[in-house]
Amino acid sequence: MPDMPGEELPLQLLDPSGALRADDRLPLDLSTVDLPGLYRDMVLSRRIDTEAIALQRQGELGLWPSMSGQEGAQVGAGRALREQDMTFPSYREHAVAWCRGVEPTSLLGLFRGTTLGGWRAEDNNFNLYTLVIGAQTLHATGYAMGIVRDNLVGNGDNARDTAVLCFHGDGALSEGETNEAYVWAATQNLPIVFFCQNNQWAISAPYSTQSRVPAARRADGFGFPGVRVDGNDVLACLAATRQALDAARRGDGPTLIEAYTYRLNPHTTSDDAGRYRSPAEDEVWRERDPITRLRLHLESTGAVSETFFTDLDDDAQRLAERMRAGCRALPDPDPDSPFLHTYAEMPDTLRAQLAEHRDFIASLDAQEVPA
Amino acid sequence: MITTLAKAINEGLRDAMRRDDKVMLLGQDIGQLGGVFRVTDGLRKEFGELRVMDAPLGEAGIVGTAIGLAMRGYRPVCEIQFDGFVFPGVNQMITQLAKYRHRSGGEISLPVVIRVPYGGGIGAIEHHSESPESYFAHTPGLKVVTCASPQDAYQMIGQAIASDDPVIFLEPKRRYWEKGDVERSPDPAPLHAARVLRTGDDLTLVAYGPLVKTALECAEVAAEEGHSLEVIDLRSLAPLDLTAVFASVRRTGRLVVAHEASLSHGLGAEIAARVQDHAFYSLEAPVIRVAGYDTPYPPSRLEEHWLPGVERILDAVDRSLAY
Ligand SMILES: Cc1ncc(C[n+]2csc(CCOP(=O)(O)OP(=O)(O)O)c2C)c(N)n1
Ligand SMILES: [Mg+2]
Repeated sequence: MPDMPGEELPLQLLDPSGALRADDRLPLDLSTVDLPGLYRDMVLSRRIDTEAIALQRQGELGLWPSMSGQEGAQVGAGRALREQDMTFPSYREHAVAWCRGVEPTSLLGLFRGTTLGGWRAEDNNFNLYTLVIGAQTLHATGYAMGIVRDNLVGNGDNARDTAVLCFHGDGALSEGETNEAYVWAATQNLPIVFFCQNNQWAISAPYSTQSRVPAARRADGFGFPGVRVDGNDVLACLAATRQALDAARRGDGPTLIEAYTYRLNPHTTSDDAGRYRSPAEDEVWRERDPITRLRLHLESTGAVSETFFTDLDDDAQRLAERMRAGCRALPDPDPDSPFLHTYAEMPDTLRAQLAEHRDFIASLDAQEVPA
Repeated sequence: MITTLAKAINEGLRDAMRRDDKVMLLGQDIGQLGGVFRVTDGLRKEFGELRVMDAPLGEAGIVGTAIGLAMRGYRPVCEIQFDGFVFPGVNQMITQLAKYRHRSGGEISLPVVIRVPYGGGIGAIEHHSESPESYFAHTPGLKVVTCASPQDAYQMIGQAIASDDPVIFLEPKRRYWEKGDVERSPDPAPLHAARVLRTGDDLTLVAYGPLVKTALECAEVAAEEGHSLEVIDLRSLAPLDLTAVFASVRRTGRLVVAHEASLSHGLGAEIAARVQDHAFYSLEAPVIRVAGYDTPYPPSRLEEHWLPGVERILDAVDRSLAY
């Protein structure tokens, strides 16, 4: 895929051959980076993804939006977060969820139809998925406004000062709400980082449907910095996100990071990508796999022991088995739950509907008893 | 021709576009992909990119630019990808699309059609099973219709496009793949008229969109139990033509209304109010509504029991008959 005409290439610290390339614009102190750990995160996240696809094929999930190919972007960003930072994902950030410590099985409930959430946002500072494109950008912005009011910005204390990391896709650039979020973040100089995974497709719409300039350049017009990084380079993503989150915590305001990457699979398991893009394009990007790149690096530097890769394969296998068992064991929701969780104080009309619903369910159960 | 409801809309769009070169389509993924439900399949190929436009990802943009196109003499047909994603476009629909004719003293016509796949029952994730019809039906200036059969789908989309008023065209997505006979009848029923689908003497059962099939199933089951139900498909939700319903209730004395949308402030309330107004002395039982509950749409594992199905509707029928 050609890049945007006249555009500088995305910043890169680790090239596809696995060689490190220092770049002054993207400083990264490698002594603070756990390279085998990043590799591990990417491999296990991909396994989460492939296992979920398998579960969907077996009828255990209704749908799965695959993130394969985007591990570099997601693990880089996810590992840049500090514990106190808040994360607002869209619906494809399974590797970020992993980095935040969300139990992979809990990602499945939403797609199995047993829940509309699946985890507690405050347990891992990882908000629920948002399926309405762009909506979460404003929530993240408001959350950052709260952080400012809590005096948790610019105290010079990186262990306490707090920032928000908000994920969205390239398609989301076109929603009015995303642009409103940029305005609010800019004019209040909020502690927020927008992390746009430009995977070049919004279902069947290529990036050119949304924009004539790289996403990072959109930030200029709103008045905050935009950085374009190679989204298949976990180190570049880590460096850029760390830098941006540090700035946000310091009180230096928002950043837009564009992680230029590619969704290797169809939009979701329901999509037929063959209708709109070529296998040749997929092939080019398979060769830029973010996982292979770091593996080549680890192998060439001998930074890991011989058993590292095979041990990791075993771990991945165990993780997949845990997910499979966990998925099947996900409890069906309590039929009362929609009624109980719609309001803080249940109105009488709804209470009456709940009673009617219970009677109805009971009558069905009675019918199901074999004669 | 025997075809699916989705394909019937496709044919209706194609014929409308062949008839009038001012008709054009805009929406997300409608070109190369043919829409996520393939309703626009093949239309890009026949009519080109200017008439079948893949929209940037913003619903306000889709509806807002359709308004501008209509001002310039075009007849845009917008596709909203799923019911739950219409809302970013609703500002344009309510504050602009619905009001232009009125505020221009009748000068400005906006013949815009907004197609929305709606309703539940397909085991989907959140925001893919909503029934937003009341928001639109409650907005003066918008017309709201919904088809339940391939024949109506084919005919009604053409009529909606020909209308000089903005029409919200609701497509019952769980019925997209159901087949029926489609005739290119030169003389279709009026767009805004209800239709009696099955005659009966004991009770009138009113439904629209996805629940029409369910209502017909109810009538079958009830017949086995010796009850004769009259089934009416509303077809048009705004304006609401209840002539057929009044006539029916005057004979049967009993009315059950079913819709997937939440009970409170739904279409059923409007129908009940009008029926008591026009057929008060004929009623032998209160009008009973069977609807989605007053909660957000539940996770799909619960939808079967949340949606009004045959059992719940028949339960209401029994209660009405026992009154
Ligand atoms: C408001 C809204 N409109 C339409 C959709 C349907 N939809 C789901 S995903 C998607 C494409 C999103 O593309 P992008 O933002 O690039 O994210 P990606 O899926 O590539 O991660 C669309 C149009 C939606 N979810 N929300
Ligand atoms: Mg995308």
